[in-house]
Amino acid sequence: MTGTGVLAEARTPTRGLRRTSGAGRPAWSAFVVVVAVLVATPVLAVVLDGIGSVGDTAPPRGIVAMVLTTLALMVGVAAGTLLVGGGLAWLVTAYRFPLRNVLVWLLVLPLAVPAYILGFVFLSVFDVSGPVQSALRAVLGPDVWVPEVRSLPAAVLVMSLSLYPYVYLLVRAALIEQSAGTYDAARTLGAGRGRTLRRVLLPLARPSLAAGLSLVMMETLTDFATVQYFNVQTVSVGVYLVWKGTFDFHAATQLAVLVLLFAVAVLTGERALRGRARYHQQGGRGQGLQPERLRGARGWAATALCIAALAAGFLIPVLQLLVWAVGEAGKSGVLTDPRFGEYLVSTLLVASVTAVACVVLSVAVGHAVRISGGRIAASAAQLTTFGYAVPGAVVGIGVLIAFAAVDTALERAGVPGGTGILVTGSVLGILYAYVIRFLAPAYQAVDASLAKIPPTVTFAALSLGAAPRRILARVHAPLARPGVAVALMLVMIDAVKELPIVLLLRPFGFTTASVWVYELARENFWEKASLPALVIVTAAILPVVVLVRQARRAETRGRAAT
Amino acid sequence: MTPRTNGARLTADGVPAALSLEGVSKHYGRSVGVDALDLTVTAGELVTLIGPSGCGKSTTLRLAVGLERPDAGIIRVAGKVMADGRRFVEPEQRRVGLVFQDHALFPHLTVARNVEFGLDRLGRSERRTRAGEVLDLVQLSHLAHRYPHELSGGEQQRVALARALAPRPAVVLLDEPFSSLDESLRAQVRRDTVATLRETGTTGVLVTHDQTEALSVGSRVVVMRDGVIEQADTPEKVFEQPATRFVASFMGDADFLPAHVHRALLTCEIGIVSTVPGWADSDMDVDVVLRPHEVALRPDPNASAHVSAIEYHGAFVLHHVRLASGRTLRSWQPHTVRHPVGTAVAVSVTAGTTPTLLLGDRAITSPPPSSSLARPSSEPLPLR
Repeated sequence: MTGTGVLAEARTPTRGLRRTSGAGRPAWSAFVVVVAVLVATPVLAVVLDGIGSVGDTAPPRGIVAMVLTTLALMVGVAAGTLLVGGGLAWLVTAYRFPLRNVLVWLLVLPLAVPAYILGFVFLSVFDVSGPVQSALRAVLGPDVWVPEVRSLPAAVLVMSLSLYPYVYLLVRAALIEQSAGTYDAARTLGAGRGRTLRRVLLPLARPSLAAGLSLVMMETLTDFATVQYFNVQTVSVGVYLVWKGTFDFHAATQLAVLVLLFAVAVLTGERALRGRARYHQQGGRGQGLQPERLRGARGWAATALCIAALAAGFLIPVLQLLVWAVGEAGKSGVLTDPRFGEYLVSTLLVASVTAVACVVLSVAVGHAVRISGGRIAASAAQLTTFGYAVPGAVVGIGVLIAFAAVDTALERAGVPGGTGILVTGSVLGILYAYVIRFLAPAYQAVDASLAKIPPTVTFAALSLGAAPRRILARVHAPLARPGVAVALMLVMIDAVKELPIVLLLRPFGFTTASVWVYELARENFWEKASLPALVIVTAAILPVVVLVRQARRAETRGRAAT
Repeated sequence: MTPRTNGARLTADGVPAALSLEGVSKHYGRSVGVDALDLTVTAGELVTLIGPSGCGKSTTLRLAVGLERPDAGIIRVAGKVMADGRRFVEPEQRRVGLVFQDHALFPHLTVARNVEFGLDRLGRSERRTRAGEVLDLVQLSHLAHRYPHELSGGEQQRVALARALAPRPAVVLLDEPFSSLDESLRAQVRRDTVATLRETGTTGVLVTHDQTEALSVGSRVVVMRDGVIEQADTPEKVFEQPATRFVASFMGDADFLPAHVHRALLTCEIGIVSTVPGWADSDMDVDVVLRPHEVALRPDPNASAHVSAIEYHGAFVLHHVRLASGRTLRSWQPHTVRHPVGTAVAVSVTAGTTPTLLLGDRAITSPPPSSSLARPSSEPLPLR
């Protein structure tokens, strides 16, 4: 899941030039359709193979337990992020307390620490050999009872701390931006502050809450690395283990279909929670909710609460990583380990190729939609972005099936071994899966820029005799530059952070920084994992900063409008 | 009707029309964009296209440019078929220039580069020369190296015009080109634009919703409504002899009164309006169109009409007059004349007025055959 891109999702998509004609310019429409088909093929393949093979093979073992575990994990993390993210959003919006103005933005930072990094730092602190249990044993004797750390509740806790900013950001935006006018109206109608909050603002924030929770649940569903630290067997883990353990295609796809069903359920749930009511706020002018000052101890308690969340989700893990990294750097041989450089290079290589591919496709698709008009191109363009909603395990297995089909075709055509992805995996497969997953944020960023070009500019270029390709080169691409920059950055960083897809698809001997972190952490080599983990966290802070800046600008603009 | 040769419409001197639409229809789902539209713009002509929003004027423009495919009919530019049942020429190959309300300049290119954009088929030096020519034409050579955002709205509009003229299009379509400009600037830019178009002999179609603009700019005014042309005529004819009730009320203020023609004499509630020569044998009910400048007022304590409201417009004062029947008429009076509300006034028609008569929603200029005296007078026509 690609948080920053998806959060910016609710934009109007680019409209075509023509208002009705179906096909528009056939060649350009066809191009968009081809991209959409490429994106959709693996997912369709999973569905067809999964459903088609039901009954052929026995259902994968432990399937019921997996489903129940997945359900428990998702509900748990949703509740956890609702409590932490929703609660904090409420706190910083409705009240003023010391350091609030800084904390409002700092509270987003845990987004930069992926759960698979937060997870192993958590383990290092709380597991049997960690300082907490050691201290307990030292004080209370070696037989003291402690709850099992590698367990579902601990996984829920770690993932909630890492994912709460999604809910926090969306609910906060809903509370301040959407409802200023409505809040004022309710107050002038005689409703008190508390009643207005309960009866007007919270119901109005419901769709945002639903959106935030669905993002969180999709992230939870996609993950199959973090949960493995905690011995939690979700369906996504099942896909991974079945595939890596037995290479049983049908069992893996059947599980992948289950994962997909969970995803569909989450998205349907979001729709349902949003309800039929229209929550779009028009002309939201007005003072809106003015935060109330919390005095004395209560104020400091609020500050402490915020700092606690920030510390658990960001400060402590980053500090711990830094301590480890400094210690490791002191030892000889770590920084000179050739693998470090090699893995960094392959990480950057995969990430940049993915970013460039996504951006080129996005610009071309955005251009095609504008130039072609026509409903076909517009719908196909929508389809190209649906990969973000498909869990990594499904995309991964789907890409494998697609490549297997290509292999079969190639072998039949006389190329021995085909692409070889089934035997050794292939970087090409990773790139393909990445493009499917990350085309959405890239397209949204690029389209945001393209949408700012008035359609009349495109008409004018046409009327001046410029053919579509010249318009792409001379008008659309240059004007999309700001969006291209954002898209490149977003995709690069998402690709650097991404773990599940690489784990599933990587060829033998191919390792990225994220895989390295995971493998070292799995073996409890936490100190060694600290350096690559810090690299990932540093990279991941960038989009968070951009996101915060966007949100701040939106807020000041909102205030300036009043 | 222009003569036809080879299917293409030619003007009197044998030059094909710059733009022609023949029986062109375009529907959006159930709603009509344009319906069986016939429009011919001869080379060198400046036509204004006007109508309320949704009347089809934008659709007409989009069809002419090639942004929409017609459902039926033939579109020609300079005699060549651009769209019919089989063929469709994409906009970039049509030689149709466009000027927009928002000017649509390329924000990342300088003024010179904007103007040169449509000249890429020329060599570099020819391109420079031509761009220089058109920039001279709109008197903006000194701003050639500026970027669009560094120009005023009026200057941007002139660049847009120069850019559209540079490739010597067969026809330039101007889509409400002045409506984004300040009131103070608009008249000047409009005069300059029209002068440039006439100077270069450019064929132009100007889409507008501003009645004054339509009347003052075009050599011909095309009034559209609900996807069809209500009237296409010189500005004077459109204003003075509107073809339909809609044109009468849309192009300027108009009030309608039920009236009666009997032996060439037109009478209505306010008395005898005028004589209608050629209607000697007629006896029929019509509606008469009265424009506020044609209505004269005189205070008269015995009159049954009275002033119901007045609006001060500066040079003139608009008087609303309620007649005995409850109908109202409007009358322009010079700013020195102001009859207070409630004043009883005698209403008449200023001398020399030949008002338009309507039968139903259409204007009639000669008595219909069925209106002879032998026929009993029909029911009065309902007011709209």
